[in-house]
Amino acid sequence: MRYEAPQTLEAAVGLLAEAGDNGRVLAGGTDLLVQLRAETIEPEIVVDVKRITELRTVSPEDGGFRIGAAVTGAELGEHDGLRAAWPGVVEAAELIGSTQIQGRASLGGNLCNASPAADTVPALIAADAVASIIGPNGRRDLAVADVVSGPGQTALARGELVASIRLPSQSARSADAYLRFIPRTEMDIAVVGAGVNLTLDGDGRCTAARVALGAVAERALLVPAAGDAIVGSTLDEAALSQLAEAASAACRPIDDKRGTKIYRTKVAGVLARRAAEIAQTRAGERA
Amino acid sequence: MSKCHVTATINGDEVEYLCEPEETLLDVLRDQLFLTGSKEGCGSGDCGACSVMLDGRLVCACLVLGAEAQGRKVETIEGMAHGETLHPLQEKFLEHAALQCGVCTPGVLVAAKALLDRNPDPTETEVRYWLAGNLCRCTGYDKIIRAVMDTAAEMRGN
Amino acid sequence: MAPMDGGGHDLKWVGKRPVRPDGVDKVTGRARFGADYNMAGQLVGRVLRSPHAHAVIKSIDTSAAEKVPGVKAVITRDDIPDQPPEPVTVGEMSVNFSDLIRNVLAREKVLYDGHAVAAVAATSAKAAREALKLIKVDYQPLPHVLDVEEAMRPDAPVLHDNLFTEGADPPADKPSNIAKRIEFTLGDVAVGFEQAEVVLERSYKTEPVHQGYIEPHACVASVTEDGQGELWCSTQGHFVVRAICARMIGMDISALRVTASEIGGGFGGKTVVYLEPLALALSKKAGHPVKMVMTRSEVFRATGPTSGATIRVKIGATKDGRITAGEAEMAYLAGAFPGSPVNPGCMCAFAPYDLENVWVVGYDVVSNRPKVAAYRAPGAPISEYAVESLIDEVADEIGMDPIDFRLKNAAKQGTHAAYGPKFGPIGMIDTLKAIKESEHYNTPLGPNQGRGVGSGFWFNIGGETCVSLNISEDGTATLMAGTPDIGGSRATLSQMAAEELGIDYDKVRPIIGDTSSLGYTFLTGGSRVTFSSGMATVQAAQEVIKELCARAAKIWDIPAEAVTWEDGEARPAGDNAGKFDPLSLEELAASAGKTGGPITGYASINAQGAGPGFGTHLVDVEVDKETGRVTVLRYTVAQDAGKAIHPSYVEGQYQGGAVQGIGWALNEEYIYGDDGLMQNPGFLDYRMPVASDVPMVDTVIVEVPNPNHPYGVRGVGETPIVPPLGAIANAVSHAVGVRMHELPMSPPKVLEAVGGAANGAGD
Repeated sequence: MRYEAPQTLEAAVGLLAEAGDNGRVLAGGTDLLVQLRAETIEPEIVVDVKRITELRTVSPEDGGFRIGAAVTGAELGEHDGLRAAWPGVVEAAELIGSTQIQGRASLGGNLCNASPAADTVPALIAADAVASIIGPNGRRDLAVADVVSGPGQTALARGELVASIRLPSQSARSADAYLRFIPRTEMDIAVVGAGVNLTLDGDGRCTAARVALGAVAERALLVPAAGDAIVGSTLDEAALSQLAEAASAACRPIDDKRGTKIYRTKVAGVLARRAAEIAQTRAGERA
Repeated sequence: MSKCHVTATINGDEVEYLCEPEETLLDVLRDQLFLTGSKEGCGSGDCGACSVMLDGRLVCACLVLGAEAQGRKVETIEGMAHGETLHPLQEKFLEHAALQCGVCTPGVLVAAKALLDRNPDPTETEVRYWLAGNLCRCTGYDKIIRAVMDTAAEMRGN
Repeated sequence: MAPMDGGGHDLKWVGKRPVRPDGVDKVTGRARFGADYNMAGQLVGRVLRSPHAHAVIKSIDTSAAEKVPGVKAVITRDDIPDQPPEPVTVGEMSVNFSDLIRNVLAREKVLYDGHAVAAVAATSAKAAREALKLIKVDYQPLPHVLDVEEAMRPDAPVLHDNLFTEGADPPADKPSNIAKRIEFTLGDVAVGFEQAEVVLERSYKTEPVHQGYIEPHACVASVTEDGQGELWCSTQGHFVVRAICARMIGMDISALRVTASEIGGGFGGKTVVYLEPLALALSKKAGHPVKMVMTRSEVFRATGPTSGATIRVKIGATKDGRITAGEAEMAYLAGAFPGSPVNPGCMCAFAPYDLENVWVVGYDVVSNRPKVAAYRAPGAPISEYAVESLIDEVADEIGMDPIDFRLKNAAKQGTHAAYGPKFGPIGMIDTLKAIKESEHYNTPLGPNQGRGVGSGFWFNIGGETCVSLNISEDGTATLMAGTPDIGGSRATLSQMAAEELGIDYDKVRPIIGDTSSLGYTFLTGGSRVTFSSGMATVQAAQEVIKELCARAAKIWDIPAEAVTWEDGEARPAGDNAGKFDPLSLEELAASAGKTGGPITGYASINAQGAGPGFGTHLVDVEVDKETGRVTVLRYTVAQDAGKAIHPSYVEGQYQGGAVQGIGWALNEEYIYGDDGLMQNPGFLDYRMPVASDVPMVDTVIVEVPNPNHPYGVRGVGETPIVPPLGAIANAVSHAVGVRMHELPMSPPKVLEAVGGAANGAGD
C-alpha cells in the first residue's frame, strides 16, 4: 500500500484516477482504517485529502453553506452559523461515534462510506443538500439523495471524489431535526434514523416538508408521502399519525444484528414523528 | 513498498520515524517509540483506550495512520504530568480510586483533560457523554465521573 | 491476633482510603500490561482460526506457510502431544485436560467459529499474516448447534462421540451434548407445595455474555535450548498458567517461570490459557521469544464467555409470605467442551433464603460456541436472576412488599443452605434492611418508571496462598504476594501489613511475585484475594513481629516472651515493663545483621473459612414505550463486606458489578448467523454499557465480620454481579406492567412485550 497526502484537488484526482479501483480516499479514516485492518479492502493507494484546503473549509454560499468533505463532526459542531441554520444536520454529524470519532469523522466520509445507516445522510437529504463531485472530467453536482446507490455503493465514477456538500439557504420559519434510535445512548450504529426539514407559515401551518429515513432500506430514503402528510396541517395528531404511518410504510428493512424488520418499521414512524415535532418547535421559534 | 518518513512533535519533542503506510499511529507509538501508555483495546475506535491528542483534537490513535502525523502535534498520556508533578486529573483519579485494573485509565485521562481544557465546568451529563467513547469494564464509571467533576471544581478554584 | 474492628482498638490503616501503591504507574501510562512487554529478538505470533462452527479437520498443510520469508515456526495439533482425559482444576471450574488441549489447538474437529487451528511465528506481523493465509486446512463442515434447548434434543448434531451424560439415571447408552446432570435436594418439595397457598411456575432464558475486559489476552514466551522457559502474560493466576503450560509443553513445572503482567481486567476470563501454550510451543520450535496478542475479534470469538441458560423455577408460598418450597431446573451452555458453571448455579439458586424444601436439577450442555470461562460469581447471576424474578412475582401475587417478603424468608446465621452447609454470621437481612431504609426506596417514581429489588449470594473462597514480607535495613518492608492485583489488592494487603507492623502504609512496598519467587498460590478469583492473601499477610507479619521481639529480647537480654510489639516498636513487658527504652522497627532492622541476620516473614497457607457474600440491589428504570428503550435512572447497592479494608475499592467492586449486570440485563448478547458464525465480535455491536448509559451507583457497605479472618474480611468481588439481573428485570416489569422472562431486555423485546400488553388490554 502507498500513502499520499496531496495538497491540491487536482493532484488527488490524478492519483485516484491512476489507481482506478485500487485507490481509496482517506478523510477521517474512521471507517477506512477499520476496513483496512479487517482486510475487507486492500487498496494499492490511500489518498489522504485532509491537506487540501477546500476539503477542510466551511464557507457561506448564497445564504447557505459549502462544507468541505473532510470537515469533521467536531468542527461542524463548533460552527455557530451552521449550527444555527441547520441544527438537524449538525446534530446528525455529532451523533457519529464518540468524541474521539468526532475529531476525525467527516461529512464526506459518512456519505461515501455508503452505509444505509449513516447518520448524516437522512439529515442531508431532508435538507436537500447537494454534493460537489470532482473527477477526471471536471466537476459536477449531484443531490445527496442520489450519491448512495446501495450498501457500500455510490454513484461516483472511477477517479471521482466528493469535494464538498452544499446546504441551501434555509428559509424563514424553517428548521430541521434529526433523531436516531440506538440501543445504548452512544457508540452504536443507527437502528433507525429520521431527518425532517419543514417550513411553517405565519399561522404555524406547514407549507413544505421533507422527511428522510436511514437504516430502513438499502440506502437512506426520501419519503415524500411522509412530508405530504403534514403539509397543510399544523402538525396535529392526525397529521403526525399519518406521517408516522407513511414513514413506516416506506420502510423495506432487513433483519440483522442491529434490529429486526418489525422493530425498524415501527420505530421509523415514531422517530419521524418526534423529529417533525422538534423541527416544528424550532421553526416556530424562528418565526 | 517503501516506508514513510515522518517527522512529528510528540509530547513537545520532535520525533522522526519510519512506518509502513498501513501502520497506525498507535502501532508507531507503542512499537517504535515505546510509548506504551496508549493501549489497544479494540483497534476499531470503539473503546478509547488509545486516546491521544492530534493537533489539539481528541482522537483514537488506532484510527490514525502513522503517516498522517507528518508535521502534526501528538500528545499522549506520557506527556500529561510535568516533571514530578502529576496533572490534577491524575491526582484526583488516585484520590477517588477512579481506577481498578487501570488499562482504560490513560485513555480516560487524555479524554478527560481534553474536556476540561475546553469546558472547565461540565455537568455530569456532559462528562458522561464526552467519555462515552472510553469503555471501562471495572468501575461502573461512578468514581471516574466523580474524579473528573471534582478536578474541574478544584481547577476552577472552588 | 490482629485487632478486630469494634474491639475497642483504633485501626490506623485498615478501613482507610490510602492511594494505591501502583496508582502513579497507572495514571502515567508506565504500568506494563500484557502487550506492553517485549523480549529482545522476539517474533510475532499469530493464530489461524476456524471459519466454521463445526467441521472435521481432514488435513492441515503448512508447507507453503513455512516457506514465507521471515516465518520461523508453524505449529498445529501435531506439535502439542495429546493427554489422557484427567480432571484438572482451572479457576473455579474443573476441566478435562484433553479437552483443554483441544480448545487451545483443535485436533479432530473445529467446534466453534474462531477455534484455534494453527499458529505461526515470524519476524514481522506482515509475514505472519501472509503465512496464515497460506496454511491449507481441509475442512469437512458438519451441522452445528448453538441453542441450549436444541443442543439437548435427541436429534441434535453431537459434538463429542465420547460424551455420555454423567449422573444420568438410567446411565446414558449413547453420546449426547448433555455432559452432566446434577441434583440438590433439601426436605421434600412435594410436601412444601402442598402447604403453599400460592404456587407460581415460570421459565426464563439468558444469553451468553462476555467478561468484556478491555485488555485483550497477551503474552511473551521464551523457551531456551536447555528447556528452561519464561512467560510473561496477562492472567489472574500465573501459578495455574505455569501448571497447565508446563504439562502441555512437557516441561518441569519449576523450569517455567511465569510473571503476571499488570492485568487489564479479567472477571474470571483470565483464569484459563489460550495463547500461552501456543507461544511457548512456537518459541520452543523457533528458538526465539514469541509475542502474541489477541485482537478484540479473537477475544470475542474464542475466549470467555459465561453460559446462556434456560431455567424453570417453581415457588410455593403461604399468603402471609412464607416460602414453603422452591424448585428449579436449569440447563447451562458450556460451549464446545463440558464445564459450564451449572453446579454453582444450582447451589446458589435459593441460597439467599432460609427454606425447608428445595429441589434443584442442572444440566451441563455443550454446543458450537467458545468454551465458557469463569465470569464473576460463575453461574450464580443466571439462576438467581430466575429465582429473584419469581420471588418478586410471588410477592406481587400475595400483595406483599418485595423487601418484606424477602426479609420474611431471608437466610441468617444457622440457616441450612440447600447445597449443604449451615451459615455462620451473614449479612443478608442487614442488606435488605439497608435498602428498605434507604432514601432511594422511599422516593416516589414518575410515569413510565419502575422499581426493582434483587438479592444475591456468592460463596467466596480461600485456598492456597503464599506471602513473603521482608524487612529492609532501614525498617521499611517489601511485601510479595502471588495473587495478581486486578483491582487494588496491593493497597489492601499493604494496609493490613502496615496495621500489623505498626508502620506507615507507604513504608510497605508490595509487589506480585513471579512463580519462582513464592510457593504455589491459587489464582485471583472466587473473591479470595483480600481474604486469603490478607490472611497470609497477617501471618507473615506476625512471624516478623515474633522475630523482632526475639531480637529485642536478645538486645535486652530478657526472655522473648517478655517483649510485646505495640505501635511499631518492641516494648519490654511484664516484670520488665519500663526497664528498657522501646526499640523501633527501624532500630531493630538496622541492627539485624548483628542480632541474627535479616528479618523476614513467610506464610504459606491454605486459607479456610471464607465468609459468604450477600447483597441486595435496588434500581429504578424508565421505559420509552414507543421504542422499548430502558433507561436506568437510579441504582443502590447494599452488600456485606465483612470488613472493608479499603472502602473505595469495595465500593468500586459494588459499582462495577452493578454496571456489568446492567449490560447483561439490557443489551449484551452474542449474535450468530444461520451459518453459526458470530456476527458481533467487537465493542461496536457487543453493547457493553458506556458512561452515558448509567447513573451514579450508590453503595451501602454492610459489615458483618467474618469470624474466620483476622480483620473480619469476606470477599466482595463477585456478589455484586448476582442481584442486578433480577433487580432490573423486576424494575422493567413494573414499569411496563408485564413480566419479562428473557435477557437481554433489549429494545425490540421490550417493545414487543409492551405491544403485547397493550393489545391484551384492548381485547
